Amino acid sequence: MKNICFYFQIHEPIQLKRYRFFDIGQNHYYYDDFQTEDRIQRLVSQSYMDANHTISEMIRSSNGKFRCAFVISGITLELFEQYAPEVIDSFKALAKTGSVDFLVEPYAHSLASVFNEDEFSKQVKLHADKINFLFGIKPTTFFNTELIYSDEIGALVSQMGYKTMMIDEAKHVMGWKSPNFVYKNALSPKLKLLVRNWKLSDDVAFRFESSMLTAEKFISWIAALPENEQIINIGLGYETFGMTHTAESGIFNFLKALPYHAMEQNIGFVLPSEFTKKTEALDALSAPYPMSWVGNDKDLTPWTGNDLQQEALNKLYAVSERVNLCKDKPLKRDWLMLQSSNHFRYMSHRDAWGTSFESAYDAFMNYMNILADFLERVEAQYPSTIENEELSELLKTITNQEKEIELLEEEVTKLKARKAKAIKE
Amino acid sequence: MKALMFGWEFPPHILGGLGTASYGLTKGMSQQEDMEITFVIPKPHGDEDQSFLKIIGACNVPVVWKENDWNYVKQRIGWIMHPDEYYWLRNGIKYDFSRIYTNDLGCIDFSGRYPENLIEEIGNYEAVASVLAHQLDFDVIHSHDWLTYPAGVFAKQISGKPLVIHVHATDFDRSRGNVNPTVYGIEKRGMDMADHIMTVSDLTRNIVIEKYHQDPRKVTTVHNAVEPLPDADSFTKTLRKDKVVTFLGRITMQKGPEYFVEAAHRVLQKTNGVRFVMAGSGDMMEAMIDLVARRGIAHKFHFTGFLKGRQVHEMLAESDVYIMPSVSEPFGISPLEAMQVGTPSIISKQSGCAEILTHAIKTDYWDIDAMADAIYAIVKNPAMYESLRTLGKEEANNKKWYDAGLKVRAIYNMVKY
Repeated sequence: MKNICFYFQIHEPIQLKRYRFFDIGQNHYYYDDFQTEDRIQRLVSQSYMDANHTISEMIRSSNGKFRCAFVISGITLELFEQYAPEVIDSFKALAKTGSVDFLVEPYAHSLASVFNEDEFSKQVKLHADKINFLFGIKPTTFFNTELIYSDEIGALVSQMGYKTMMIDEAKHVMGWKSPNFVYKNALSPKLKLLVRNWKLSDDVAFRFESSMLTAEKFISWIAALPENEQIINIGLGYETFGMTHTAESGIFNFLKALPYHAMEQNIGFVLPSEFTKKTEALDALSAPYPMSWVGNDKDLTPWTGNDLQQEALNKLYAVSERVNLCKDKPLKRDWLMLQSSNHFRYMSHRDAWGTSFESAYDAFMNYMNILADFLERVEAQYPSTIENEELSELLKTITNQEKEIELLEEEVTKLKARKAKAIKE
Repeated sequence: MKALMFGWEFPPHILGGLGTASYGLTKGMSQQEDMEITFVIPKPHGDEDQSFLKIIGACNVPVVWKENDWNYVKQRIGWIMHPDEYYWLRNGIKYDFSRIYTNDLGCIDFSGRYPENLIEEIGNYEAVASVLAHQLDFDVIHSHDWLTYPAGVFAKQISGKPLVIHVHATDFDRSRGNVNPTVYGIEKRGMDMADHIMTVSDLTRNIVIEKYHQDPRKVTTVHNAVEPLPDADSFTKTLRKDKVVTFLGRITMQKGPEYFVEAAHRVLQKTNGVRFVMAGSGDMMEAMIDLVARRGIAHKFHFTGFLKGRQVHEMLAESDVYIMPSVSEPFGISPLEAMQVGTPSIISKQSGCAEILTHAIKTDYWDIDAMADAIYAIVKNPAMYESLRTLGKEEANNKKWYDAGLKVRAIYNMVKY
């Protein structure tokens, strides 16, 4: 039996305001709340609410057979809480049906997986906690920012205890292999990989209107795949429904009609973790260099392709150790907000998707002014006169102490338990 | 395809951007194999590059029949024009222009500049056009800028050949809206009579459509390009303690020099290690010196006076930032020249060249905050500077006159057939 694994990504960053160089040191608020709220409200009213409504109806009418997963960045969840709490409620209701899963990603939709391991695992934990807090679900499947993946990142994810990770179908990694099987990480075979079907996903995301796609046609394509290909991963930006393709295009009806036609063809729906649990991996995939799900090249150039982006990222991540030492809450929040991958994509000359800046240079200037102010604040807390090495020594001692304490505490509880047992006996 | 072009300036003796553009365009077009260009200017100096086109000096074309000895003609104008050509052109005199003051050869003395009696000189140019139109063989007439529209129109009326006019600027750009009615009249008549109008930017195209009431179908934008600089690498940048930000051009209202001074003031409030240079001269120079003194930034702000020739490129190459805050600029070729020598440029959105550049910073001419911010970012951020420098250089070198020439050729073909 074939299965479709649907997952939808939601991420809307906090927008940075126009920040001139004479604001540096004077003004520490970096955000354009009006623009952020406007974007959120537009997405919510045109897309998310209607899509959630459609999906909950699909779940009900199919007796819970329709299943899908969501990945919502931590920053966006915060923005929903602030500007559109009704969306949170609606997701909570979906979570209750049991047919919906939530995937975990770095909290800030950041590039930390490439630039800073520590920061990466911190953000993943933060995001998992947030999802657990809001929806009462402990995420088990990993969806990295923009589906960025490499063998090393996979190994890190596996170390964090996740068993399933979503990746994209990139020609240079897949070669002749079909995306419709379960694969595993080359370094850490415990981590199973689900490969997004690039063609079928883009058929919905970008070619829905131009190819006059119908649910029947879409399902028949899947039915026509070889019998042994059992999982078809369709990953979409959630704004596909209502924004990229407006309600008038019939995208919601397309969505609604999917379960009916799928059941007719004996095709089921699964959640990523469900499927990987019961299926063995076919083969290991090797991806020595990071890849993503953007463009035809599926690499990191949209965020790290030019000198401006490199410069901004290097300057930003150079202070991560110091920021992590800080206890200043506003500073830590800014640290997260400034890491959103979008800010770097706006600096791309070729592919500045979603930008409201006039040019890559404009985006860069604005970001660097903000970053300059941010760095000054970090500097004020930890002057650069203290050598980084010295600092990291201190850091190491502190983290080692923490780990030591943890270990000792564990031992204490063990001993206590043994003692209690002994007393009972 | 034979084109008869009327121009006003041609390098090396130029007064503004018109000459540079005329040279680049004709040179680019001459790379098309079957293209023959005859370029008429009021007064050649004899040292123009004629390797790819033929230049006729209007001041050597007889408009009144006068009998002269072959040797006398050779002695008078032989250094620039063959006497036989003089006699042959003389056969093209079909009208009585004896009302015009002519010299012993029956030719008109042109200044070739922008004199007080400019309107009269434009009229005289028409007379020359009539002789040429009768005598030369050509397929299309091409007039560069308003000074030559009447000549082009007259040549069209005589020969029946199509007229294409090339709008390098309009009076709306030069006067910030206070149009001279005489000039407007000449421009409007030229446009009305033209078979097709070429503009140097979409900005100018809109002015032509809206202010001169032309049919949009008749107006096409052909963006200017830039002549490759063969000795680009010979211009070096001296290592300095201070960064140099340069404004270069006529110091007039059209170029927005006051916005540059205000932006400089903003930058200097926040940072040291930046110097500002205003190169060029013009009627607002004294006012600018006053303004600089009033803002108290004279110790960091320098005036060089008028620069020419190689000095221009040297100044550009020595700078870290080139800025052109023009209030209204039909095209503006100087940012491209700055980019050629690897100097990042900040240009106003009200400049035509902003339409074709991505690797330059664009701001509104009045937005001194944005301008100051851009200056600050470029001088303080090596990544920004290097990006603009390398990508900008590449971009500028890719704007080829050959491509512009092809567009012009397509228009020729369209009006001819």
